[in-house]
Amino acid sequence: MDIKAYIESGILELYVAGQLSEQENQEVYELTQKHPEILQEVIAIETALTQLSASASPHATDFNTIKNKISSNPDVIELKPKTTHWVAYTGWAASVLLALGLLWTLNTKNTLEEDIQTVTLEKQVLETQIEDARNNLANTKDLLNAIRAKGILAVPLDGQGNFDASYAKVYWNKGNNTIYLDAQGLPDAPKGKVWQVWSLTLNPLTPTSLGTIDNFNTDDNKIFAIVNENESQAFGITLEPEGGSKTPTMEQLYTLGVVNTAP
Amino acid sequence: MTDLDTLVKQFQQKDINAFEKLYAMYSNSIHGVVYNIVRDSAISDELMQDVFIKAWNNAESYSSSKGRFFTWILNIARNAAIDKTRSKTFKQTKQNLNTDFFVDIIASNDNLESKTDAIGIKKYVTQLGEKCKTLIEFLYFKGFTQKETAETLEIPIGTVKTRNRSCIQKLRDMVL
Repeated sequence: MDIKAYIESGILELYVAGQLSEQENQEVYELTQKHPEILQEVIAIETALTQLSASASPHATDFNTIKNKISSNPDVIELKPKTTHWVAYTGWAASVLLALGLLWTLNTKNTLEEDIQTVTLEKQVLETQIEDARNNLANTKDLLNAIRAKGILAVPLDGQGNFDASYAKVYWNKGNNTIYLDAQGLPDAPKGKVWQVWSLTLNPLTPTSLGTIDNFNTDDNKIFAIVNENESQAFGITLEPEGGSKTPTMEQLYTLGVVNTAP
Repeated sequence: MTDLDTLVKQFQQKDINAFEKLYAMYSNSIHGVVYNIVRDSAISDELMQDVFIKAWNNAESYSSSKGRFFTWILNIARNAAIDKTRSKTFKQTKQNLNTDFFVDIIASNDNLESKTDAIGIKKYVTQLGEKCKTLIEFLYFKGFTQKETAETLEIPIGTVKTRNRSCIQKLRDMVL
């Protein structure tokens, strides 16, 4: 290698000025290690340039300022990492606390949401109950008004024969051809059987079916409005097979009541 | 292993005395480079302190295979100074940066009287040709690339290298 030509190329001046690539720097460095002439040249260039730039400095600066800033005191240096750790630990602790807090908040939020759902459901149920109660009240008022209306005939139906304990009442509104049958005193119809209501004329004894009460067992107040266009003289209720009978089965006559036509 | 290598090793092992020696060797040069860029005595004092503290804190990142130790600090200094000139506060206070080159600073530097080689350097800069002024200013003081320098001087990039060598050769003749 022609060391002189290498030096003359000017690469070493650029090397000192920091103008070379990483790879070139590496190459120059290796050559300075191999060839003392090159190293000497580099040092000479560096010395010239440092002196030149030092001449551009308006005044000298004191090292003590820096010394104080970097806190060369070993005790202080020892402290530094500790402080950093403390800050780091605090940071981590804070993050963990934050994470826990967030989880707790999330959990509370979920619980509250569930509570709200439950309360909303309960509210709906209560609203339905209130609605039902209102409807019931309205129905009961209607019923009461119907029974209390002027010109209503009340016909008590007493228990017959073996069914002494049974009773019923008929409120007959002749004005609109309707009877209200209060059948609270009758037991539930057994399976396969149904209550059938009869209008009777007495002389001669002629039964006319007013129909069966198919929803008897499920009805709450056991009051049924039934159309009756007959000139009834009595009302009777019998237990008949499902679907009803054409003529009443007298053995199964539970209650019977005569219309009191006298004013 | 040279004395400088040993000193740098000790510096990297956080030896404050080694740091002080390196500081004594290079602080004026670094200060000159920084001052040449920012042109403010107080700002360059502050910047130079930052540069050396940064070097101290990042000492382990230096490796001699990457270049000269001085060159390493020189790079840190130029970058810090150029960053400073780009900062908002700096631009507001220094609207019109002096366009003088390092040669003008050196020529008018009264502080030089107390320094060795001062007379030689003053003589050198007054005799320096325009091309040499620009080459040294750009490549060394400002850290511009060879390409940027070649474009400004309108000379081939290969010429930058040789021309720069001859400019610095003249300097060496004067001071050594």
